[in-house]
Amino acid sequence: MALKGLDIFKLTPRTNCKECGNPTCMAFAMKVAQGTVQIEQCPHMSAEALAALGEATAPPMKSVKIGAGDAEYTIGGETVLFRHDKTFVSKNLIAVSVNAANADKTLPALAKIDYERISERMQVEIVNVEYTGDKGAFLEAVKKAAASGRALILEVSDASAAAEALALVKGGKAILNGASPENYKEFVEIAKAAGAVLGVAAPNLDALYDTVKAIEELDYKELVLDVGDASIKEAFANCVQIRRAALKDGDRSFGYPTLVNVKKLSGGCAHTEIALASLFTLKYASIVVLNEIGYEQALPLFGLRQNIFTDPQKPMTVEQGNYPINGATEASPCALTVDFALTYFIISGEIERSGIPTNLLIPDAGGYSVLTAWAAGKLSAGSIARFIKDQEIENKIKNRDLMIPGKVAVLKGELEESLPDWNIIVAPNEAVSLVKFLKERYS
Amino acid sequence: MAFTRNPQVFSAAVSETVIGAGDKAVKLGGEHVFPFYTFDAPIDNPPAVGIDFSDKGPDRELPGIAAFFEGAETLGQVAKRASEAEGASFVSLTLRSADPNGDDEPVEESVAKAKEVADAIDVPLVIQGTGNADKDAALLPKVAEALEGKNVLLMSATEDNYKGIAVSAVLAYGQKISAESAVDINLAKQLNVVISQQGVKAGSTVQHVGVAAAGYGFEYVASAMERIRGAALSQNDDMLQVPIVTPIANEVWSVKESVVSEEDFPEWGPVEERGINMEISTAVACLASGSNAVILRHPESIRTVSKLISDLM
Repeated sequence: MALKGLDIFKLTPRTNCKECGNPTCMAFAMKVAQGTVQIEQCPHMSAEALAALGEATAPPMKSVKIGAGDAEYTIGGETVLFRHDKTFVSKNLIAVSVNAANADKTLPALAKIDYERISERMQVEIVNVEYTGDKGAFLEAVKKAAASGRALILEVSDASAAAEALALVKGGKAILNGASPENYKEFVEIAKAAGAVLGVAAPNLDALYDTVKAIEELDYKELVLDVGDASIKEAFANCVQIRRAALKDGDRSFGYPTLVNVKKLSGGCAHTEIALASLFTLKYASIVVLNEIGYEQALPLFGLRQNIFTDPQKPMTVEQGNYPINGATEASPCALTVDFALTYFIISGEIERSGIPTNLLIPDAGGYSVLTAWAAGKLSAGSIARFIKDQEIENKIKNRDLMIPGKVAVLKGELEESLPDWNIIVAPNEAVSLVKFLKERYS
Repeated sequence: MAFTRNPQVFSAAVSETVIGAGDKAVKLGGEHVFPFYTFDAPIDNPPAVGIDFSDKGPDRELPGIAAFFEGAETLGQVAKRASEAEGASFVSLTLRSADPNGDDEPVEESVAKAKEVADAIDVPLVIQGTGNADKDAALLPKVAEALEGKNVLLMSATEDNYKGIAVSAVLAYGQKISAESAVDINLAKQLNVVISQQGVKAGSTVQHVGVAAAGYGFEYVASAMERIRGAALSQNDDMLQVPIVTPIANEVWSVKESVVSEEDFPEWGPVEERGINMEISTAVACLASGSNAVILRHPESIRTVSKLISDLM
């Protein structure tokens, strides 16, 4: 449970020595309680006080690192149940399941999903390798999966296959998903020896809880909790209750990232799989394991994930520049709006629907909406003229029509002065009117 | 020490709004818990899924939709077929031809279409207007009048036209209306407050608090819905306890992912599959955030989403 500033203050030396950089011990204690300062910054805390506080101020949910090199990711570390309360920290990772029989087909297929969307590279982060009873074939599949350069989950409950597979991918910080109430002692040893993260599953939530407690007794905390595959209803109930117990009730034994194997829950239906992956992206999976992924699944799923895990205090922005739409060329007219991602998507979507080739110009406007950017001085005649000059738009585009958002029609006069060669056109106030406006003017 | 469960069952509840009449009427809302948290307490009225088509007919360019509606030619036949879609518990007609920025069809013609659809089905009916405040203010009360007794849901009243729509549709003809606001808890509450001040009681409205396709600023939708549900349940805010109905079809089937052709984007695969996945993903995300009903277009997304709902109940 979180400590109050006053509780922490009682454990400080109360000498107001200022060595921590704060004017008083009270001020320091308040900052520690808010989480803005670490308790270790006070050089005079007693060992007992530090131990007491370390436990109480530790984050409610552990951050776990998986993978290595370019494929290293952090999962978990969440502090809130709803993104509007603060922000979600670690986006859920997408895994695709392969086995000995389909690795040669599935691995190249998932590698095709690789694109950029609003400054984020979209790809399958993890390959989940299933053990299907044949150790030799499993090890071959692990080798192939490792060659994909992605983080790995080894889904195997056979101890010798697990140990040998981990030996093949040493240093890769794979997740060994195979611990159960029956075998956890052996699997903790295997995971410890290989430096792997251990995936834990159990027939129900109570058994899972007890198993995690027992594993913690063995001093291993690099864990991921598998919510199970008994039914969709139970997997959802487990996933929510695990996260809620950790964050709302402060129960640290459930303060670990979670894994949902959607492949096993979907009954082989690809549409159910995307439905489940979307559900668990909102409600609390740290890793979602899919059976397969093509662009038709990736486009909504990665888009949804990007939205949910964006920081509510920091708007998503698109990079400034010229975005030609509908095959726009240097002879096509220009339209300008702000770099707030939502505005960009709405405007570009409407232009696409109009079918009119248009150069959509996006200046740096601080990531605000049109009116806010204008009010904050981030979108002005001066900033637009500077953008046109810096980006050398006049060299790149011959057409001199420049449409500006109707909401900043007031900029027209000033723009005509600072961009005398351009024909400044006031576009509609609302995006919905854009299709009609463009068609009437240019088709 | 064993795991201690701490269920979040609130004493407050989402209010209940019924649409349609007879055996097939649909109850929306009523829950005391967060979406799908049946492990905390049972949810009596599972979220509902509706099937939408426009008065111009279903989009037969998509093979799956064309196959589903094969042989259904008149609007009445289309409505009948739609009402039989697996997983759909209500039908939604979008009066696209009435749009003043499009065909600007006269009100009487739109009303006649609404009547044709209503007479062809026995499930609840949702009528979606044009989104143009003035046109909807003229159109929706006339629809309400023509369909008296059917208990239809009219979408939507906004801050610019709620007065006329609320008074005529609800108070005069006993229909249900949706209060539409733009992804903001305060705007949603404000509109619910002013509509209630017209004398409209709880149980006669739903709210449409905004929507975006997955990837298109959906975080605003998710957070607006979660905050509204949170305030309704944990703070007992009766002006936010209105069931949420989210029309998704028109939004998801107009974004790039669901529109651009396979010729232009060969690696993206068939356009219909993309649209279905977009629709499923957005619908499930809305339901997980707090929607009590979603309105979809494709029979396959409707089947999938309603199956998931029953799996979670």
